[in-house]
Amino acid sequence: MLTGKRQSAPVQYRPSAELVPQVLGGSTSAVARMITRAEAEYDEAAPALSDLYRHGGRAHIVGITGVPGGGKSTLISALIRDYVAAGHKVAVVAVDPSSPYSGGAILGDRIRMGQAADPSRAFIRSMATRGHLGGLSRATFQAVDVLDAAGYSPILIETVGVGQDEVEIVTAAHTVVVLSPPGLGDDIQAIKAGVMEIADIHAISKADRPEAAATAAAIKAMIALGSDAPRSGWQTQVLTLSATTDKGIAALVEAIDAHRVHLQASGELAPREEAIARTRVLSNINHLIRRRFDDGTQAMSAQLQAVAGRASDPLTAAMRLLGPENTEHRT
Amino acid sequence: MTTQNNSAPAGTTSSAPQRIRVLVAKLGLDGHDRGAKVVARILRDAGMEVIYSGLYKTPAQVVDAAIQEDVDVIGVSLLSGSHGPLFGALCQQLRDKGAGHVLVVAGGVIPEQDYAGLLESGVNAIVPQEARSELIVTTIRDMVAARGPI
Amino acid sequence: MTIYAKHALEGLQAEQAEWEREELAATLKARAEEKAEYRTECGIPLKRVYTAADVAHIPLEDIGFPGRYPFTRGPYPTMYRGRPWTIRQVAGFGNPESTNQRYKYMIETGQTGLSTDFDLPTLLGLDSDDPMAFGEVGRVGVSIDSIDDMDRLFEGIDLEKISVSLTINPSAWVIYAMFVAVAERRGYDFTRLTGTLQADPLKEYVAQKEWIYPVRPAVRLLRDLIIHCTNTTPKMNPISLSGYHLSDVGGNAIQEIAFIMAFTIAYCEEVTGAGIDIDDFAPRLSFFFISHQDFFEQICKFRAARRVYARIMAQRFGAKKPESMRLRVHVQTAAMSLTKIEHTNNLMRTAIQALGAVLGGCQSMHTNGLDEAFAIPTEEAMKLAIRTQQIIRDEINVTSVVDPLGGSYFVESLTSEMERQIWEVLEEVDRLGGAVKLVEDGWFQQKLADSAYSTFKLFDTGEKISVGVNSNVDASSSSAEVEIHPYDENCTNLQCLRLKELRATRDTGLVQSLLAELQDQARNEDVNLLPKTIELVKARATLGEICGALRDVWGNYDEPNII
Repeated sequence: MLTGKRQSAPVQYRPSAELVPQVLGGSTSAVARMITRAEAEYDEAAPALSDLYRHGGRAHIVGITGVPGGGKSTLISALIRDYVAAGHKVAVVAVDPSSPYSGGAILGDRIRMGQAADPSRAFIRSMATRGHLGGLSRATFQAVDVLDAAGYSPILIETVGVGQDEVEIVTAAHTVVVLSPPGLGDDIQAIKAGVMEIADIHAISKADRPEAAATAAAIKAMIALGSDAPRSGWQTQVLTLSATTDKGIAALVEAIDAHRVHLQASGELAPREEAIARTRVLSNINHLIRRRFDDGTQAMSAQLQAVAGRASDPLTAAMRLLGPENTEHRT
Repeated sequence: MTTQNNSAPAGTTSSAPQRIRVLVAKLGLDGHDRGAKVVARILRDAGMEVIYSGLYKTPAQVVDAAIQEDVDVIGVSLLSGSHGPLFGALCQQLRDKGAGHVLVVAGGVIPEQDYAGLLESGVNAIVPQEARSELIVTTIRDMVAARGPI
Repeated sequence: MTIYAKHALEGLQAEQAEWEREELAATLKARAEEKAEYRTECGIPLKRVYTAADVAHIPLEDIGFPGRYPFTRGPYPTMYRGRPWTIRQVAGFGNPESTNQRYKYMIETGQTGLSTDFDLPTLLGLDSDDPMAFGEVGRVGVSIDSIDDMDRLFEGIDLEKISVSLTINPSAWVIYAMFVAVAERRGYDFTRLTGTLQADPLKEYVAQKEWIYPVRPAVRLLRDLIIHCTNTTPKMNPISLSGYHLSDVGGNAIQEIAFIMAFTIAYCEEVTGAGIDIDDFAPRLSFFFISHQDFFEQICKFRAARRVYARIMAQRFGAKKPESMRLRVHVQTAAMSLTKIEHTNNLMRTAIQALGAVLGGCQSMHTNGLDEAFAIPTEEAMKLAIRTQQIIRDEINVTSVVDPLGGSYFVESLTSEMERQIWEVLEEVDRLGGAVKLVEDGWFQQKLADSAYSTFKLFDTGEKISVGVNSNVDASSSSAEVEIHPYDENCTNLQCLRLKELRATRDTGLVQSLLAELQDQARNEDVNLLPKTIELVKARATLGEICGALRDVWGNYDEPNII
């Protein structure tokens, strides 16, 4: 059995600082590379990413979530087409879970997304959670920063699954779209359990199936029941759509835009931005603290042994490691 | 699994897990996707992040996806016999679009007589159809390690 | 009714218990068996030995007689005594003339039916000069762009005398239109045309992956084709329901039959839904299965498939004619089983698989060339493949008795167990909403991908053996230098040149207005698109123009992301 092989030359590593002006100039490959470096958590890339954050703040960030098989990819491909046709530079960050066993992942759905789109106007990036609890990693946010700095808007963040990821998307996006396939009984239970409250817009896919209208009606009824609306002044929208036949896509684009306008006009944008900032700062605190102790420092090992041997307890050990200045408010 | 070697550029040390990213792609009109999908799973199980292109992709579409996803490797499985022209176009476009660093691995039905021509046109490795998973995985890991961080 | 009396069975069971205590126990004590458990390829547990007790529950009517419901023992009463299976080797490459030459060689060698492979652009409804056809013209099959190419393909071959199988799928209705238009050009009697179109769209979406349109319009095109073919060329089979490809992408024997029967049900519902009686078209439904490695399981698969099909037709669709209930099958040996290392071993593999197909009761067969896993077979390889069938047919006397394995305790027991498992899958498909919906959802695709991956794992760990590759490896035998069928670089140029000439010499205005009419008809579910398509090919519209016109109406197909 013969394997053909050719010696490949090592590549020249380009410092991240050099990539910053290219990202700001909209270079696709520079944007892609900065996201790679955010994921790799190279120390060298941190100042560049901070720099890019300060250049951002213009993009409208839309979270799109829902159960697997609900048609998210087909919907996103239709949205890309519409946004590009309307002259936007649109980006998608599609987040999928890493395998807990191997750490590997099968990512995204490039089969449908942006197949016909002009790659200079539509940027699609598939990202794995890489073990981050709750789905959205620091790198996901940083990817959005990079795309924002490069002038992409809207930026769509797609997360799969039910539960944690979907709830977390509220703290990453300006507008949250929950996509559900049509169905009765169990499907609605799933919506009820996880995501009723987080949606600014509910979209029901596969509008051509007979159950779609009933599902939409059921969701509307549930929204009416839970009328202690968590989002001030915005009437949650419920739409049915069929991405394969383009039905309802324009209405969804309109609803997303209406929500963006609402956020600005109602003054709700600022608290949302702050909520996003809060999530991110907390997640960085978490990251920095973990990094400080993950490396198996001597102090850490000593505390671990003490806790394991019941000579100390987890809380006391954590407080000792962090030092009094970091813990006094909690004690 | 780390991809870093001893001569890693300054500032590229990291405590985060480093993952090899692979675009598993189908080029042209060949619909045989059994092998491509099996390979996607093998690479996932070996700790890599895999993006599958779907069928009927042109070299331009595959290259554009590879750039945006910033993959380390493009793995293409071809059973239609048209590997000569299709790999030639793929590698040419990678170079034209400044993505010559992306490693290209060919699989599927490729006669040994054609190996030299494919390597000449820019393919980095050819894995024979009867390869076991270990050979596929080590071929990719070794190539990426030799190339170094991007 | 079963054949065994209760007391006889009791006596048998007592004797078996005694045998287990004595002979068996002593042998096992002296030497353990090699494996803790034995299973068929698709996981059915195998006993050490089968007895009358294992078949006592099977009603005698389930086994029955050949040529009689439920057709377990064969579709015809006399089987190979009346007519041996058709030796039908598939061929196709390059320009129509190149394939035509190969056909003439194969007819001289003793082949009794023709079978055409088309290149990928033709299969996918693209003209040779389409940018997507880059590098693919004439590569894996013959290139057909227009009615003129179809005429060249069968030049000098009498289509009233030899049956022609056309391995064509999403663009099948256009290829059929060209075929009948050529027949008309030559003045043939339509009722004497024999042959088969593959035209099985659902298996394309889940297995062979050649598609143009979304699933539902593709099924509608098949409906139109079946109805038109039944009325116009009554001896042609408009469809070959192809389990082969389900196996080719990883399906096991149960999945092969169960999935293809689920598709059969969907197609029959589509056609009967248009008001056509099941007995008007079911006699011309034909099948295409693989003959794979697990010898007995494969034989039982053919027998179980015939029984399941007969019951579906009679019970679900209320068919009355026996011809509607008898499953006729073309078989190809398993290309997946062939190896490049020590590739001459492939001759043995193919011969054994071919024997299995004959013992299973096939109606026609393609035996793979020994180089078929990695190249278009050479003439020498094709000759050996044909010889393999001739040796089985003429030298070893397996054709004198119909269903010679019928009544074997093991074979009957395994046949019944496979049938039971096939019904289980079919019930699940019904429960989940039917085959068309499940194809759209990717349900079949996921099952097949999972099966392919677990098969790969078995090879990877050495549990499944491929002699010379992962077992009995001879370090000195590298994969042989194979003579590769040369690709004619001029093929694309010639096809493109002919397209250019054709477009210059026809009435393009007429073609355009006919295409617009076809589009209008496509928007109406109830119109049969065949007559207009035949008009189009006669006006020398190209394959790409016709398929493209409907793509504008129906759109493209996006596959579900199944890994």
